[in-house]
Amino acid sequence: MSVANNESVAEIKARNKELIKEVLAVYPEKTAKRRAKHLNVHEAGKSDCGVKSNIKSIPGVMTIRGCAYAGSKGVVWGPIKDMIHISHGPVGCGQYSWAARRNYYIGTTGIDSFVTMQFTSDFQEKDIVFGGDKKLAKIMDEIQELFPLNNGITVQSECPIGLIGDDIEAVSKAKSKEFGGKTIVPVRCEGFRGVSQSLGHHIANDAVRDYVFDKMDPNRPAPFESTPYDVAIIGDYNIGGDAWSSRILLEEMGLRVIAQWSGDGSLAELENTPLAKLNVLHCYRSMNYISRHMEEKFGVPWCEYNFFGPSKIAESLRKIASFFDDKIKEGAERVIAKYQPLMEAVIAKYRPRLEGKTVMLYVGGLRPRHVIGAYEDLGMEVVGTGYEFAHNDDYQRTAQHYVKDGTLIYDDVTGYEFEKFVEKVQPDLVGSGIKEKYVFQKMGVPFRQMHSWDYSGPYHGYDGFAIFARDMDMAINAPVWKMAKAPWKDDSNSKLLAAE
Amino acid sequence: MAKLRQIAFYGKGGIGKSTTSQNTLAALSEMGQKILIVGCDPKADSTRLILHAKAQDTILSLAAAAGSVEDLELEDVMKVGYRDIRCVESGGPEPGVGCAGRGVITSINFLEENGAYEDIDYVSYDVLGDVVCGGFAMPIRENKAQEIYIVMSGEMMAMYAANNISKGILKYANSGGVRLGGLVCNERQTDKELELAESLAKKLGTTLIYFVPRDNIVQHAELRRMTVLEYAPDSQQAQHYRNLATKVHGNSGNGIIPTPITMDELEDLLMEHGVMAQVDESQVGKTAAELTA
Repeated sequence: MSVANNESVAEIKARNKELIKEVLAVYPEKTAKRRAKHLNVHEAGKSDCGVKSNIKSIPGVMTIRGCAYAGSKGVVWGPIKDMIHISHGPVGCGQYSWAARRNYYIGTTGIDSFVTMQFTSDFQEKDIVFGGDKKLAKIMDEIQELFPLNNGITVQSECPIGLIGDDIEAVSKAKSKEFGGKTIVPVRCEGFRGVSQSLGHHIANDAVRDYVFDKMDPNRPAPFESTPYDVAIIGDYNIGGDAWSSRILLEEMGLRVIAQWSGDGSLAELENTPLAKLNVLHCYRSMNYISRHMEEKFGVPWCEYNFFGPSKIAESLRKIASFFDDKIKEGAERVIAKYQPLMEAVIAKYRPRLEGKTVMLYVGGLRPRHVIGAYEDLGMEVVGTGYEFAHNDDYQRTAQHYVKDGTLIYDDVTGYEFEKFVEKVQPDLVGSGIKEKYVFQKMGVPFRQMHSWDYSGPYHGYDGFAIFARDMDMAINAPVWKMAKAPWKDDSNSKLLAAE
Repeated sequence: MAKLRQIAFYGKGGIGKSTTSQNTLAALSEMGQKILIVGCDPKADSTRLILHAKAQDTILSLAAAAGSVEDLELEDVMKVGYRDIRCVESGGPEPGVGCAGRGVITSINFLEENGAYEDIDYVSYDVLGDVVCGGFAMPIRENKAQEIYIVMSGEMMAMYAANNISKGILKYANSGGVRLGGLVCNERQTDKELELAESLAKKLGTTLIYFVPRDNIVQHAELRRMTVLEYAPDSQQAQHYRNLATKVHGNSGNGIIPTPITMDELEDLLMEHGVMAQVDESQVGKTAAELTA
């Protein structure tokens, strides 16, 4: 299927450039001019991918982006398991995003953990007209009574809250006082703010700063005895258990994980994070803000890492270890060595089945670059990638550390562009979201959902890589693709059709 | 039965929209017209003079109490006042909370769906002074008010508001068929008021359909929560309102699409009539003290 393998880099570049031209040709002039800035062919040695990013999508195109509410409730706050997150506004925003991100957690749902529950103020016409503050206060009362073991509440604003000017800050403050200083966080993540979910991440990060860190008593007694090896995992949402398969590696190398942000995380973990000696950051896009803040305010350094595939895992473990003493450095080597046989076995099994296969990606925060190494460990090649809501610093990281010369780059790709790119490039696998899945499968292209791991996972860490390899093989080499033959191309059927 | 006339009174806050509209509608009812007044101001005081009381049961307050607007019946909200004039008030939130504009939309939709406009000759919308958002423009959108009467005076800001309202009408004129019926000048006894009002009407492409002189009897009637028509039917002022009502009644189909003017043109208009002294660019932003220095 793949055409890429037989071409030289120069040929690939020429073909991709021609393809971009072809795709842009159908747009009206002004749209073509604007979209042209978001599409490019990567040139090796450049400091970024040469595309504009974090710009408003063009009306009329089918963008794949989310909104600020999705960024705050769906990504940053939602996985905090011991707090109750109210989707404040009409019912749909909470209902249709309900538990869709598969943020795993340990706890008893409805008793001390609430991640997979949906709390909404279910705004009606009268709440819009007369304001929803009283209703919000009542919901908080009910939450206190029905779920007494909750450790805090967040108010995730949907669009109407900002339009009608409800004072959710005042309600949160009054209720916090009434409930004896309970953490209640009003989050101004109205969906119309910003150009994508990215602003929602930033707003949510700022809310942690303002309503968790800044409200903490600076003289509070130490919650635990610190060690020189305390670290916090930042930007891992524990999708399908990702944070767990990451955490064990850090622990095995001798570190102590004192917090997970925010997959399987708790309010206490957020509060304790300033005590970490190092913050290790997986999803840079959604949590770099709070990491920078902790560095400035509490002096906690941070380092980015990548736990997809053995090459990047080894590199990252060594990088993390470099912040610590020899004991940890030796620990990192020990961990890498320990999993070496497992990794060799996985690669021995799957690489022969996947060698040379090509992949096109289009995902969210970090995966359009982070998973490239994992595919390469399996002998596969990522020939096109793009982000929904990246900023230029993401494209810098992508260009400098991940993509190959000639890779097709598409920022905030439209439904049409993506379809056309895949049609022409003919990759062996597409990795994107649920909306894209069936489009490509109907085109006969194997597909994996790379937001939710297609109901599988974890994909992080050594254990995750084994599952990742299996899933990619399953998608690409499934016998079903051999059966999907167009009836008009099947000679044995021609008589049958004629007879009908 | 003649075709239902859907009219609305707009104008700067405090200009006397509610007073003018209720007196005019009372006069129209004397002429045998069956009338419905829809108050679209959260203060719910558009029907006070007809009902002799501020309406307590507004659509939105009842809807909030009952759960939703779908739980209401028309009889719950419709009140009958002087000369069988039917009155409803949209109501709305207290100042500073919620969304009054959405309230207007909700109320008007409710009235339409429940057949409030059956068996009447006139429906009149009385709207908040400024069209601050889409909600308050609801009465001039499709299938709502067809003729707008702008209540104004010779004061600069009242004329400014009249011009702005014309812009709103222009915006919806082509999609919904709303037209400017004309200006009604409510005398404030400013300089050259009649001339100015007529000039502005001409600039907007419409006419000044009536000049209502100032008379304290309006105040006296208002204090008794009555229209002048009811309080002092034989007074000269009552006759003025009858004249205005006759003009409105005869104005069917004469509405126009207004031609709003720019702020500069409006200022020129005031200068033309000598209300404002000629001011050159060098004087803009200078205080009186600075100018005499």
